[in-house]
Amino acid sequence: MDPILEIRHLDVDYGLGDRAVRAVRDVSLTLHRGEVLGLAGESGSGKSTLAYGLTRLLAPPGVISGGQVIYHPASGEPYDVLSLSDNGLRQFRWAETAIVFQGAMNSLNPVHKISTQLTDVLKAHEPSMSEHTRQARAREMLKLVGISPDRMDAYPHQLSGGMRQRVMIGMALILQPQVVIMDEPTTALDVVMQRQILGQLIELRERLGFSVIFITHDLSLLVEFSNRIAIMYGGRIVEEAPAATLYRDALHPYSKGLLSSFPALRGPRRELAGIPGSPPDLAAMPAGCSFHPRCPRAFEPCSVTIPVLGRPDATGRTVACWLHPSADAADSPGVSVASGEH
Amino acid sequence: MTSTQVVLEAIGLTKHFPVRRSLRQIFRKEHSAVHAVDDVHLTLRRGRVVALVGESGSGKSTVARLLAQLYPRTGGDIRLHGASTSVNGGRGFRAYAARVQMIFQDPFASLNPVHTIRYHLTRALKIHHNTGDDLEAALHELLGRVSLTPPERYLDKFPHELSGGQRQRVAIARALGARPEALLADEPVSMLDVSIRLGVLNLLRDLKERLNLAILYITHDIASARYFADETLVMYAGRMVEGGDSETVTQTPAHPYTRLLIDSAPDPDRLTGNAGELATDRGNGEPPSLIEPPTGCRFHPRCPMAMARCTTDLPVRIEIGDRPGHWAACWLYDQEKAASEGVA
Ligand SMILES: Nc1ncnc2c1ncn2[C@@H]1O[C@H](COP(=O)(O)OP(=O)(O)OP(=O)(O)O)[C@@H](O)[C@H]1O
Ligand SMILES: Nc1ncnc2c1ncn2[C@@H]1O[C@H](COP(=O)(O)OP(=O)(O)OP(=O)(O)O)[C@@H](O)[C@H]1O
Ligand code: SF4
Ligand SMILES: [Mg+2]
Ligand SMILES: [Mg+2]
Repeated sequence: MDPILEIRHLDVDYGLGDRAVRAVRDVSLTLHRGEVLGLAGESGSGKSTLAYGLTRLLAPPGVISGGQVIYHPASGEPYDVLSLSDNGLRQFRWAETAIVFQGAMNSLNPVHKISTQLTDVLKAHEPSMSEHTRQARAREMLKLVGISPDRMDAYPHQLSGGMRQRVMIGMALILQPQVVIMDEPTTALDVVMQRQILGQLIELRERLGFSVIFITHDLSLLVEFSNRIAIMYGGRIVEEAPAATLYRDALHPYSKGLLSSFPALRGPRRELAGIPGSPPDLAAMPAGCSFHPRCPRAFEPCSVTIPVLGRPDATGRTVACWLHPSADAADSPGVSVASGEH
Repeated sequence: MTSTQVVLEAIGLTKHFPVRRSLRQIFRKEHSAVHAVDDVHLTLRRGRVVALVGESGSGKSTVARLLAQLYPRTGGDIRLHGASTSVNGGRGFRAYAARVQMIFQDPFASLNPVHTIRYHLTRALKIHHNTGDDLEAALHELLGRVSLTPPERYLDKFPHELSGGQRQRVAIARALGARPEALLADEPVSMLDVSIRLGVLNLLRDLKERLNLAILYITHDIASARYFADETLVMYAGRMVEGGDSETVTQTPAHPYTRLLIDSAPDPDRLTGNAGELATDRGNGEPPSLIEPPTGCRFHPRCPMAMARCTTDLPVRIEIGDRPGHWAACWLYDQEKAASEGVA
């Protein structure tokens, strides 16, 4: 599959100088054309920061301190989003990407009807479209996200949390972008609605061929709906694998812990394990693997040397954990330091 | 038995929001309204958790807001320790809020952006006159309880400096700081990853046991309702459609909507072909209008089991009979009863 977006060694900090904390560390991740890439991980692990960073929507004190984000347009040469001019950036954002922010239910304009907000987006970006077509497209989008047509003229405060979330999803899709980034878009939706909207999204993706980065803490949802899943911990990607592989056989102890913390709806009630300990302090990250203080299987190299993601294996999996050193990482200086200490 | 003492009750609670009318409607003297909540009954007891699940837009937050007295009701009653209450702002509201606290669905809107975490929590703690060293210790304890540790890292931050899940935990800490008798928690853990979610739910369980807190837990995560709530109620289009103890409602759901809901829960085993077929949704998932709600049973346009009477008669609560207290508002069970009586 062709890549559409390649994130290379991205670093994002909050603050400058010695007061800076690094919220995203050396993240490399590739989104392929037409795929749904799931991004999961602990609260505070940097998922939203990554999404803001790669679209250059970070608000101060957030700064991108390193890396590249290479975008491959449908036609033309690939370019680095991080070095676009303001004008180019505006173009990239609207025509090529759309992002549904976490907490987006709160970002609709309170003084306009939702139908107006949808048609205004069209008016601004597709000025040649007739009013009639705009209205029809807005209605179609709202129907797609399950909002009854008699509520089109409602104001945001007249809608439930989940309804506002759904309007935002419709808003993101209305311009038919190439890349859609969704940050916790379904936190207020019941599962019937979730399934339906995601089903529609997948169908639409097959029809229009866009790609999706789907951020959520809800791994079971990702396992069903995404092609690949990347797991973040402490600002880094710690494991990346095809969805089913990750579910059946997660390698990183953090991914494993995450999977076993799910309360099961079916079958016997079981005692839930959870992951003991608390998330790492960005201002004082543990040395070595940042998960080692909480890891049940930590051994010597873990507290000393940072495990890095190697090249994906034949199944497309890569993991940053000393229990599973990857073939190409074995030649890297990281390991020689670690093995020297045995 | 103190553990079953009723704290807060909703009786026939109803809320209709008027909508602006078109000229034609004004001309015809038609009044239209969003029927957000109709005839809802629920009881919160000391030391018990009631989960409220249901479709997005079905009226769950409206029920919680009515119980928190954030806006007036259209009909029905709210009783605090048996006494009918209605407060409209001012001192009465503050006194009520000290006893009944709400955690809002959206942590991005419910924290004031110009104030630090310390300010938010201090205000809650002061309701019970914590001051000085006590206050500092109480602040630390509160943050510790919601896993925002070490507390110094968070106390002087502003809401925008925190991630979504971190804000949600501040909102929970704030509600707990007021030491209420009843807690109305609207999707309190929706932005937390499972392991922190587990911690917060265990915390709430612990509080309910130690402090005898009465909790309303609104959630779209039915599995967590199974683990955490004693009782589960299901709403659809403004009405309660099923209720009973959580294990029964989640394992042997009776109402066709509840069945659809339970069947739709993400189940990774579906990938491996180990899960059954999804329950069907006759209406292609088209959500109901609440301005002109469907007649009879509000679920009938989507219900695979709908019968003629479902389109005209509003179903009443019917005991299912498998477990005490398990009921559904669905005509299927009336028929079954009629049939078994017929045989007898
Ligand atoms: N403006 C800011 N200033 C300082 N630190 C910040 C700021 N915004 C975020 N952070 C910190 O950066 C880290 C990553 O935050 P981010 O919002 O990316 O997490 P997340 O993975 O999206 O979490 P969640 O699942 O809870 O939304 C958190 O520890 C957060 O406290
Ligand atoms: N101020 C208002 N004016 C008009 N309609 C309103 C108002 N507030 C809520 N509603 C409507 O009442 C219905 C119920 O909303 P509510 O917020 O209670 O749903 P909910 O069950 O909490 O949904 P969600 O799970 O999506 O948060 C919705 O159709 C909503 O549009
Ligand atoms: S009352 Fe009728 S329409 Fe309603 S859920 Fe029961 S069978 Fe279906
Ligand atoms: Mg986030
Ligand atoms: Mg709600």
